[in-house]
Amino acid sequence: MKYYLLSVMQPIGDPPPPEVLAKIGKQLDVFHQELREAGAWVFAGGLHGPESSTVLRPRDGDVLVTDGPYAEGKEMLGGICLVRAPDLDAALEWGRKAALATTLPIEVRPFMHQAEE
Amino acid sequence: MMPAGSADVEAVFRREYGRAVAVLVRFLGDIDLAEEAVQDAFTKALERWPGTGVPPSPAGWIITTARNRSIDRLRREAGRDARHAEAALLNTPDAPPEEGPVRDDRLRLIFTCCHPALATRAQVALTLRLLGGLTTSQIARAFLVPEATMAQRLVRAKAKIRDARIPYRVPRDADLPDRLQGVLAVVYLIFNEGYTGSPDLCAEAVRLGRLLAELMPDEPEVSGLLALMLLAESRRPARQDDSGALVPLSGQDRARWDRDLIAEGQALVRGCLRRNQPGPYQVQAAIQAVHSDAPTADATDWAQILRLYDQLTVLAPNPVVALNRAVAVAETEGPRRALDLVDALDLDGYHVFHAVRADLLRRLGRDTEAVRAYEAALALTESPAERAYLERRRRELVRT
Repeated sequence: MKYYLLSVMQPIGDPPPPEVLAKIGKQLDVFHQELREAGAWVFAGGLHGPESSTVLRPRDGDVLVTDGPYAEGKEMLGGICLVRAPDLDAALEWGRKAALATTLPIEVRPFMHQAEE
Repeated sequence: MMPAGSADVEAVFRREYGRAVAVLVRFLGDIDLAEEAVQDAFTKALERWPGTGVPPSPAGWIITTARNRSIDRLRREAGRDARHAEAALLNTPDAPPEEGPVRDDRLRLIFTCCHPALATRAQVALTLRLLGGLTTSQIARAFLVPEATMAQRLVRAKAKIRDARIPYRVPRDADLPDRLQGVLAVVYLIFNEGYTGSPDLCAEAVRLGRLLAELMPDEPEVSGLLALMLLAESRRPARQDDSGALVPLSGQDRARWDRDLIAEGQALVRGCLRRNQPGPYQVQAAIQAVHSDAPTADATDWAQILRLYDQLTVLAPNPVVALNRAVAVAETEGPRRALDLVDALDLDGYHVFHAVRADLLRRLGRDTEAVRAYEAALALTESPAERAYLERRRRELVRT
C-alpha cells in the first residue's frame, strides 16, 4: 500500500454562496464515509485561507516569524485528503470522487515511503 | 543449426525486445532493471549465437537468459533490498515462457506506457523505447529533439511510473474503452509523425498496430486503426515524385500503390463493416478504402466518401474532419459550396486548411487569393515534401 496526498486546488477569491457550500459539504461527507468504508481513509480536512497563515524562516540559527502565505498565487491549497491506496489507479479513482465532491481540481501526489499493509 | 551473425541478433532484437522487456518487468517489478537484464541477454546472444546458431525459440532464450542473469546479479549485490528482490525472484515459478501470459505482458506494458497520468510525449517515447525497442537516440532523431532531452523525458516517465506506482496491468473492463482510446491515439500519433517525416516511425506504428490487433482481436477500433495505417502506407511509393515533392492523391500514379497493403487493409475494413460497431478509426479506414478501390482519381466514388464523412462528423465532430468533408463536397457539389464550408472553420494555424482553401480558390479562378493562401500554408509547414508541392502550385499561379 502507498499513501497519496489529494490536494484541493482552490481559486483565490470569494467563496461560493452558503447554499452551494452546504451542498459541497454534504458531498464531502459522503466521500469521506466511502473512504472509511473502503479502509482508504487516513485524514482529510479543509484549510482556512492564506490570510490566516504564518511563515517561519530559519535565519542564522534563529527563526523569523512573518505574516502571510509563503507565496502568492491564483490558487491556494484549500484542503487536503490523505488516502491509502494500492496503486495510482486506485488513488486517481479517489481523486476523481474528490474532484466531483469539491467541484474543484485535485492534485494527486504519492508519498515517498510505503504505507503499512 | 544455421550459424548466426549480428544481423540475426539485430532482427531478433527488433522483433522480440518488447516481448522480453514486458515479461521481465513482471518478474522484476521495475522497468529499468528489466531493460538492463534484456540488454545483457542480447549482449550474451551476440557472443553465443554466432557459434551455436539462433536457438529454436529466440524470445524464450532471451527471456530465460535475462531472468537468470538478473537473479545472478541480485545475488552478487549486497543489501537488504536486493535480498528481498532475490527472494521474490526465486519464488517466481520457473515455468517456461508461455504464449498466453507473454501476450498479456505486452498488453500490460502498452497500457502502462500509455497511462493517462503520463504526458502524451512521454507516452509516445516510452512506447517506442519499451515496445518498439528503438534506442533513445533513434527516438530523439525521429522527433527532432536533442538526445539528452529525450533521455531525460524517458527517465522522468519511468521515475513517475515507479514513484506514483502506475500499475502494470490491463485496465478493468469499465475503464478499457477510455484507456484503449489513449493507446490508439499514441500509435496514430507515431504514425502521423512519420507520415511527413521519418518513414521508420510509420513502420513502427504499423508494427504496434499489428501487435494490438493480435492481442485485442475483438476490438473493432483496433482493426480500424490498423486498416487506416495500412491503406495510408500503401500509397507511400506514390506520395512523392522524383524530386521529393508531395504528390496529392488526385495526381498519384496508382500503379505504384502497394497492392498487398491495400488488400490487407481492405480485408480489415470488410471485417469492421460485418461487425457493425463503427468508430472514428473504422470510418476513416473505410474512406481510405474507397480511395483505394478507385482505379483512377476520376473514378473515385465521392458520394460514398461524403456519406462516410457525414458519419464521421457524428462520431467525432471536429474542425479537421469538417475540413476533409469539405474536400469531398468540392467533388460532389463544386468548389464554391466547399469554400463556404472551409471559410467557416477556425483552423487558421493549420497549414492544410490554407492548402485546401488555396486549391478551392484556384479552381474558382480567384488566383490572387489562391497565391496568398498558398503562402499562408507555406508559412506553417516545415516538411520539405509539402513545401515543394505548395511552392510549385504557387509558382504555377504566379506565372499564368
